[in-house]
Amino acid sequence: MKQEIIIAGFGGQGVLSMGKILAYSGLMDDKEVTWFPSYGPEQRGGTANVTVILSDEKISSPVLDAYDIVIALNQQSLDKFSPRVKPGGILIYDTNGIHNHPTRDDISVYPIEAMEATMELGNPKAYNMVVMGALLEAMSYKLPMENVVKGLKKSLPERHHKLIPLNEQAIEKGRTILKN
Amino acid sequence: MKGEVTLMKGNEAVAHAAIRYGCDGYFGYPITPQSEVLETLEALMPWETTGMVVLQAESEVAAINMVYGGAATGKAVMTSSSSPGISLKQEGISYIAAAQLPALILNVMRGGPGLGTIQPSQADYFQATKGGGHGDYHLIVLAPSSVQEMVDFVGLGFDLSFKYLTPAMILADGIVGQMMEKVVLPEQRPRRTDEEVKKQCPWAANGRTGMRKRNVITSLEMEPAKMEVNNHRLQAVYKEIEENETRWEEIGVEGADYLMVAFGSIARICDKARELAAEKGIKVGIIRPITLWPFPKEAVNKAAEGKKGILVVELNAGQMIEDVRLAIHDRLPVEHFGRLGGIIPSPTEVVEALEQKIINPTKA
Repeated sequence: MKQEIIIAGFGGQGVLSMGKILAYSGLMDDKEVTWFPSYGPEQRGGTANVTVILSDEKISSPVLDAYDIVIALNQQSLDKFSPRVKPGGILIYDTNGIHNHPTRDDISVYPIEAMEATMELGNPKAYNMVVMGALLEAMSYKLPMENVVKGLKKSLPERHHKLIPLNEQAIEKGRTILKN
Repeated sequence: MKGEVTLMKGNEAVAHAAIRYGCDGYFGYPITPQSEVLETLEALMPWETTGMVVLQAESEVAAINMVYGGAATGKAVMTSSSSPGISLKQEGISYIAAAQLPALILNVMRGGPGLGTIQPSQADYFQATKGGGHGDYHLIVLAPSSVQEMVDFVGLGFDLSFKYLTPAMILADGIVGQMMEKVVLPEQRPRRTDEEVKKQCPWAANGRTGMRKRNVITSLEMEPAKMEVNNHRLQAVYKEIEENETRWEEIGVEGADYLMVAFGSIARICDKARELAAEKGIKVGIIRPITLWPFPKEAVNKAAEGKKGILVVELNAGQMIEDVRLAIHDRLPVEHFGRLGGIIPSPTEVVEALEQKIINPTKA
């Protein structure tokens, strides 16, 4: 098993922290993991992205140019990374604010309405976990939910642990919207 | 806490490793992309547990001179910075080397020259391996390619610098500093007691007691004949380090037609490139110098045996390539590929460079 994933969007959408929770979840599932962010000024409003690799074996490059899974949360990220999904790979994108939709037919494309689903949950901060739910559902590697919860606990500071049930709910919501 | 497996950034890992090694003092000044070292140390508050001093100095120059002072008393002390800050520390580094003191210096390189960029780079290779400061001296230079090695090289760097009484540098790049990976932290070691320091470091200026003769720590010697002796003493140590401490890693060198030489995180990008090249039927091996000084020249020379060409991949305009050419006595085509200014090459770009520069070089 090896999953090479990039999550890209605006700074503030929770891209880096979603990557961190994913990486921790992989760690809890005994996988090798790397998490490499775009760092610096883009964290404060521009585009942000993070490469997460989960693998049974030692990971070589933390920097990639083709991905098994691309998650694009704005138009720029979609334009930049949809050509970089490996043939047969997966593209998940939030349709909110997207005017140019991807046209590739050699990959699985999942448009999701994650922002809308998050508003239904009533807490916009859960947005990235809705997206994470969609990812967990789409990914061929089935990460056990108990390890995702462990990953959440590891990556969230203790004072935020009361939000874990909300995060779990958001992940379930994400799974549902991907299935539909 | 034994063998604790966790996930953290390279910079955070250095902070944890320093505390667990039993480091006595860290003196630093913030600069991206290594500020997490100081931030993590401040969050962990080791002064309340091991008694380690963590101090944000007023400048890089102050920080390195605090390291000089701490090292002179036989303490295990360190500093960290990124490229422009390391330039500011060079005078102090030269003094520490001349005074034959142990110290650990971490450089998480960013793109230069000048203030440059905060994105990753390997453009301080020359500075780290060929001097940096003034005078005939060397640092032991360790190049980590993973978060685990960031941890391991804190211990190794301190051990080597105490063994040979010369400063060691961890030459990392922004990728290793900022990346999070699975890492196993070592067990907490106690800091050495004053008695242990006195025993291990009889040269230390830590307070004269009893009949011990006065210990003087200085780099100044006004008599040329004595200064030449001091220099020869340093050179003898460097020779010993070259003989005993050269480290490198080889990946798929045997049976390969071509060779790539790369250090730090770039060696891992090359490893991915090696996989992609293999899919095209290209057999390429990798040699990764772990000690940049001493450079593994014999290992590179041996690995070059029977190869058709060598690609040196670095995040700079071509620095380590000079050592590679010297190591192989220029008997093979050696070309360089690198991105500058903080841009990281992709594995595909590395394969393309290998094809264009080494396998099918276009005649100019």
